[in-house]
Amino acid sequence: MFDHDTIVGFSKSFGLLYLVAMSIGVVIYAFWPANKKQFERAAESVVSDDEDRPWL
Amino acid sequence: MIAQLTALERTYAAIILVVIMCVGVAMAVVGRGDLFAVHGWIIAAYAMAVMVVLLRDIDAPEPWEEHFREYYDDPTKVGIILSLIWGVIAMAIGVWVASLLAWPDLTFDAAWASFGRLRPVHTSGVIFGFGGNALIATSFHVLQRTTRARLPDQLSPWFVLLGYNLFCVLAATGYLMGMTQSKEYAEPEWYADLWLVVVWVVYFAIYIRTLARRREPHIYVANWYYMAFILVVAILHIVNNLAVPVSIGHAKSYSLFSGVQDAMTQWWYGHNAVAFFLTSGFLGMMYYYLPKRAGRPIYSYRMSIISFWGITFMYMWAGSHHLHYTALPHWVQTLGMVFSLVLLVPSWASAGNALLTLNGAWHKVRDDAVLRFMMLAAIFYGITTFEGSFMAIRAVNSLSHYTDWTVGHVHVGALGWVAMITFGSLYALVPWMWKRPALYSARLVEVHFWLALAGTVVYVFAMWNSGIIQGLMWRTYDPNGTLTYSFLDTLVAMHPYYIARAFGGLLFLTGIVIAFYNIWMTITLPAPVDEGAASDLPVEPPAPRAWAQAGE
Repeated sequence: MFDHDTIVGFSKSFGLLYLVAMSIGVVIYAFWPANKKQFERAAESVVSDDEDRPWL
Repeated sequence: MIAQLTALERTYAAIILVVIMCVGVAMAVVGRGDLFAVHGWIIAAYAMAVMVVLLRDIDAPEPWEEHFREYYDDPTKVGIILSLIWGVIAMAIGVWVASLLAWPDLTFDAAWASFGRLRPVHTSGVIFGFGGNALIATSFHVLQRTTRARLPDQLSPWFVLLGYNLFCVLAATGYLMGMTQSKEYAEPEWYADLWLVVVWVVYFAIYIRTLARRREPHIYVANWYYMAFILVVAILHIVNNLAVPVSIGHAKSYSLFSGVQDAMTQWWYGHNAVAFFLTSGFLGMMYYYLPKRAGRPIYSYRMSIISFWGITFMYMWAGSHHLHYTALPHWVQTLGMVFSLVLLVPSWASAGNALLTLNGAWHKVRDDAVLRFMMLAAIFYGITTFEGSFMAIRAVNSLSHYTDWTVGHVHVGALGWVAMITFGSLYALVPWMWKRPALYSARLVEVHFWLALAGTVVYVFAMWNSGIIQGLMWRTYDPNGTLTYSFLDTLVAMHPYYIARAFGGLLFLTGIVIAFYNIWMTITLPAPVDEGAASDLPVEPPAPRAWAQAGE
């Protein structure tokens, strides 16, 4: 079907591309200014002293 | 506990248990003459034991309405206890196998007590029994608190917890009888593997169903780590355990892969078991309990997201560093080595994030041994990930591979990181779960902390010394080009370190026994009645309606 060299060539090129693309995507998501507020709220909400009960 | 289940859930539970019992008996019949039958009986007996507990309260009245407005924590409580029981047993066996290396006569001429059978009981017992139960217990707790939603039903968490422990029992008993697939951390045979797949799918479903019910729109980062743990372990487990049994009534199976493909699949599994079972899951624990205990939000939420995706996608490629200098193609070895080195970035980001969270709360670290456990875990996490990246370099690996250095490295991670973060989290969790103002004894936590630290340091230094001496002796040639030392020479050189290692393990074991006692006393002693503290406790749900008395 595919020989060894084809698969190796594919993994070496495509693997590099998608991992780099994904890393950039993650960094953009993490530093997107509009997300700042919800991240801060999420971090705060863990240590808040809310009543220990599900919200209904 | 059973009385908290609805009547319908109790009925379903009974049906599931009857089915499991039937499967167990069927296995015993089909597999007669094989060890397969023994496991059939164990499965049937396990289901029977759970059934007895269920039947004692099967006709209890329906739970009070108010009960469903609270989080569902019963499986978490049982999971904590199970985790500690497995921890004590498996670490005791760890001390035993460590002693076997120093004093080989300790098998007492029993086949089941030979090193090859006891060692997987230790490894699976601590990883899956102690670590796995702690992960399941804490994940249910964290999931509910961070989504502000109750678990979707009350039956599936029990199915996951008890089903998972059945898997652990099958694993441990199988090893003692000599049943193994001979794959590191994946030793249980095909039927136990199939059962774990069922349990694991239900586990993931609980996560997804609870997230679907969440009241908090943002999914807190700890849940991402727990979900990666569940999802990836499922993938790893299924692929690495693809095997064909000799027959349907036979315990033995043969792997679908052979040769170097089998080795690569196994170490893709093995290293990612370290990554997603022993790292991702426990990072989930850390990202919830450490900020909670310190009373400070995580230092950088952004960094926790970036390191999450870094760890998730880079670990996948690191497994081949276990196969340096083997028949594996050279470029695949290099790939594993490079990814292992890059992994240092997200790993240190997590460790740094944890320690920076404590900035400004160092007085709490000084005074509170529970928080100190978590801090120490973060430090050891930093050490072990650095060491792991270093050892993955091919040239370093040529010295370290097959020596005790590897064992030392594993235990920096297992004792220093996994066990310490677990102790810290469980100590924090127990008073919350059983609604106690504090643990039974803060002093005993302090004693446990120093025993755990001393045990880890003694263990790790013994193995570092032993491993490097061993590695150097193996590669020392005399002027004629022959090996200077025989294999026996290396054993003699390692003997003192083996004794030191067993002693370090004994210190660590003493620590967890103290932890078990402390937590047991916290649970069983009645909560002190104090006006001031009582008002701060959550309101107890009203007592269930009284039973109808005979003749009423």
